[in-house]
Amino acid sequence: MSVLTLTIEGRDVAGQTGGTILQVARENGIHIPTLCHLQGLSDVGACRLCVVEVEGQRKLFPACVTTIDEGMKVTVNSERLAAHRRRIVELLFTERNHVCSVCVADRNCELQDLAVELGLTHFDLPLLSPQASVDATHERFGIDHNRCVLCTRCVRVCDEIEGAHTWDVMGRGTEARLITDMGTPWGDSNTCTSCGKCVQVCPTGALFEKGRSVAEARRRRPYLPYLVAHEGRTR
Amino acid sequence: MTEAGTPTPARRRRQEPLIPDGPVRASAHVCMAAGCLSMQADTVFDSLCERVTARGLTDVAVKRVGCLGLCAAGPLVAVPEKGRIYDHVAAGDEAALDGVVDGLAGGEGGRPTATDPFFSHQVKVVLEHCGRIDPERVEDYVAVGGYESLTKAVTTMSPAEVLGEVTRSGIRGRGGAGYPTGLKWTTVAKTDSPHGKYVVCNGDEGDPGAFMDRSVLESSPQQVLEGMAIAGYAVGANQGYVYVRAEYPLAVKRLTTAIRQAEHAGLLGPRIADTSFGFDVEIRIGAGAFVCGEETALIASIEGGRGTPRPRPPYPAASGLWGKPTLINNVETLASIPAIIGRGAEWYSAIGSGKSLGTKVFALAGAVVNTGLIEVPLGLTLREIVFDIGGGLPGGGKFKAVQTGGPSGGCMPESLLDMSVDYESLAQAGSIMGSGGMIVMDQGTCMVDVAKFFMDFCREESCGKCVPCRVGTTQMYRLLDRITRGLASRDELAELESLAGMVRDTSLCGLGQGSPNPVFSTLRYFRDEYMAHIDDRVCPAGVCKMEPREAAVAAGEGGR
Amino acid sequence: MTVAADAPPASPPRDDKRWRQVDVRIRRLGARPDALIEVLHTVQEVFGYLDDDALSYVSEALGVPPSRVLGVATFYSHFVRKPQGEHTCVVCMGTACYINGAGAILNRIHDTLGIDAGGTTPDGRISLLRARCLGACSMAPAVVVDDEVHGRISPDGVQQMLEAL
Repeated sequence: MSVLTLTIEGRDVAGQTGGTILQVARENGIHIPTLCHLQGLSDVGACRLCVVEVEGQRKLFPACVTTIDEGMKVTVNSERLAAHRRRIVELLFTERNHVCSVCVADRNCELQDLAVELGLTHFDLPLLSPQASVDATHERFGIDHNRCVLCTRCVRVCDEIEGAHTWDVMGRGTEARLITDMGTPWGDSNTCTSCGKCVQVCPTGALFEKGRSVAEARRRRPYLPYLVAHEGRTR
Repeated sequence: MTEAGTPTPARRRRQEPLIPDGPVRASAHVCMAAGCLSMQADTVFDSLCERVTARGLTDVAVKRVGCLGLCAAGPLVAVPEKGRIYDHVAAGDEAALDGVVDGLAGGEGGRPTATDPFFSHQVKVVLEHCGRIDPERVEDYVAVGGYESLTKAVTTMSPAEVLGEVTRSGIRGRGGAGYPTGLKWTTVAKTDSPHGKYVVCNGDEGDPGAFMDRSVLESSPQQVLEGMAIAGYAVGANQGYVYVRAEYPLAVKRLTTAIRQAEHAGLLGPRIADTSFGFDVEIRIGAGAFVCGEETALIASIEGGRGTPRPRPPYPAASGLWGKPTLINNVETLASIPAIIGRGAEWYSAIGSGKSLGTKVFALAGAVVNTGLIEVPLGLTLREIVFDIGGGLPGGGKFKAVQTGGPSGGCMPESLLDMSVDYESLAQAGSIMGSGGMIVMDQGTCMVDVAKFFMDFCREESCGKCVPCRVGTTQMYRLLDRITRGLASRDELAELESLAGMVRDTSLCGLGQGSPNPVFSTLRYFRDEYMAHIDDRVCPAGVCKMEPREAAVAAGEGGR
Repeated sequence: MTVAADAPPASPPRDDKRWRQVDVRIRRLGARPDALIEVLHTVQEVFGYLDDDALSYVSEALGVPPSRVLGVATFYSHFVRKPQGEHTCVVCMGTACYINGAGAILNRIHDTLGIDAGGTTPDGRISLLRARCLGACSMAPAVVVDDEVHGRISPDGVQQMLEAL
């Protein structure tokens, strides 16, 4: 393992070969917004919030999966990036139904935090608002598809950590939906171990624990000590 | 009950081709590509065989061949010895059938290919054997020099020499992006992999309006297999996969036959040409997802999963199929390889212009007389392709635009007709080469509607993995839909442009990144049409139906 | 959906002989998880569609989690999850077909048969499908009825053809 030096936001930093821009930035206290990323799980580069500029390249790069190079010059914050990130969060808000005031995750929601952080004050785009369903068949947990942002953290934690692979995604495009087993109700699942990891890693109010009020809904992060969602995050 | 997607089974005993024992005076090549086949070319073939036998013409051949190119005028029969093509030889058309037999017996008739601009302006490298050989007989391919290049490569050249030849030919990927093929091969060759490498032929031709790969696979499948084997030798791979769309059952059938015959003849499999090099090919059939044309999605699909792309790097050349170094080339690129190895890099690079060397196959369709498949040197102008080869617009129609590059491409207006068709010029004009679909549009086509058509396509084909493509294409489609209904404001047009820029910049793969291109190019060249829809609530082409704004409000579509 | 009395049974019984064809294919592919799409193709060829029983069976046979099997089966538009009609009519919606009036053909079928793309007539006779591009652009607009391509066809032509089925 050799050490590479690069510049992030004008600061000279160093990181190990094979490290990602996101890792090195966070090690150095430089904040990059993320949503689908969760340390301890594989990265998919799907939410696109962590895109950064690399000098000499026209394309933008997702910091969570882009490995560092010697002499790389990375820009994390620019007007263009800020506008793009705001738009991404706006797209997520308009895709399904995210009315914070009636959500179990209100004030405990990463999507809400992102909107605040990125200064999203209003939507220019119309709400698509599909009528998505709620599955409350599991004795302890529930899923409200209206709040789902398809970050697939639940799919990955269930597959990679719990080894159950109860969750997956069906369909494609805006028709894509999370499923348990053969699209059967969660409560009927043969593979679910009721471990609750999916609920713990959900960034929004899509996956929730039953019988908890908004005030109680704070996620029990220590339950998964090696998955640190808000690590490096300034709130 | 109908089994969707099942290839049509053979209905009756198959008529064998007529091949005389002695010298052949003339031969009738009956086109059996999908276009002519849909016009009962198989019946035409049977009838010609009957007639030739009945007339006692013992020195005349009648055989099945692949695509003859001029799909607009099918069913087609070529008599190469006379340099003539007979068009509209419909099954049951006694006069037309007799005309062909008369021609075989020595009479005149048909179209002379030497002077017909549709044929005479073309340069055939990829399509060299299309329409000349029976795609279901490996002997036919071998008879025209097939597999000589593979033998030459494995017996007389080192892998490095093959790489050098491909690099010096200057050929670039024919699937769309135009990445230098030699560079791609060299990267895969350089990557060490003790547990194997793969060559994948991308035949997931999904661009609507493109049928080049289908025709090549249906007309000269062995050529593609030979190209794959040469690639395997050069990069150090012994296993290949051809990924073909399920929508192309005939291509799948012929490719299956071709692989079986090539293995049987010892042209594929272990110890090719008595060397230690072996190469096997398997077919993987797609299942209807445009995004699988993207190479990382294609890999996910071959591995049996959802065809969702993943961020690159790592590129498949470093980590592809099952994590092994994988060379992915499009059908047309691989079909060019045997000629490059056989005749040399210098011969190939003498064709074309600037940084775009060699030939390109285009599928001409839409409002053009000679719809069909053509192959031309890169660097011809759009005008030469559309008007000289394509024969212009039918019925005196007036040209409006030509669309290249499919859903990631753009619409070129009349003012660009003298533009050279090469990778750089197309990119500069806001389009891409793409896989080679070229759709000619006349004044009756609404450019906003065309932009909406492509956005609808991208929206439906978006895999849903990344946010900008999944939600962005849906939102852009809604804005375009409102414009075509006369409901949009100028603010919404500005919104569309801003959203388009963001989707281009932030999407994960080429599908999302390219999805705004039809919007950008139509706005660049046909902005007045957008403004007519918005300000005057009129569709200049008369395609879109304007709705009263009140109706939309009443229906609860505030829009903003 | 409604299935007429003469339509095939909704779900293939486990002792259905046709499963042998699927089993042979699974064995030939080494029952590897990555053979999932190939096996789904075979199941659809044999039974005409993929129902939940079939998907569960494939999931067990290949050792692929059920949610992944459903995820794959619903990702690809070629796979259908309900029985198709006795006849299928595929309308190509590629660029050339679109600008040459494929929309009018769909509208005509909607008006005469009352079905949209993806639908089957209540009597189970005709299923209407839409293709992204059949590569038959030189014959636009193109329609495929029971695996036979018909090019340069008008809404009237399609209507007559479907009525004659």
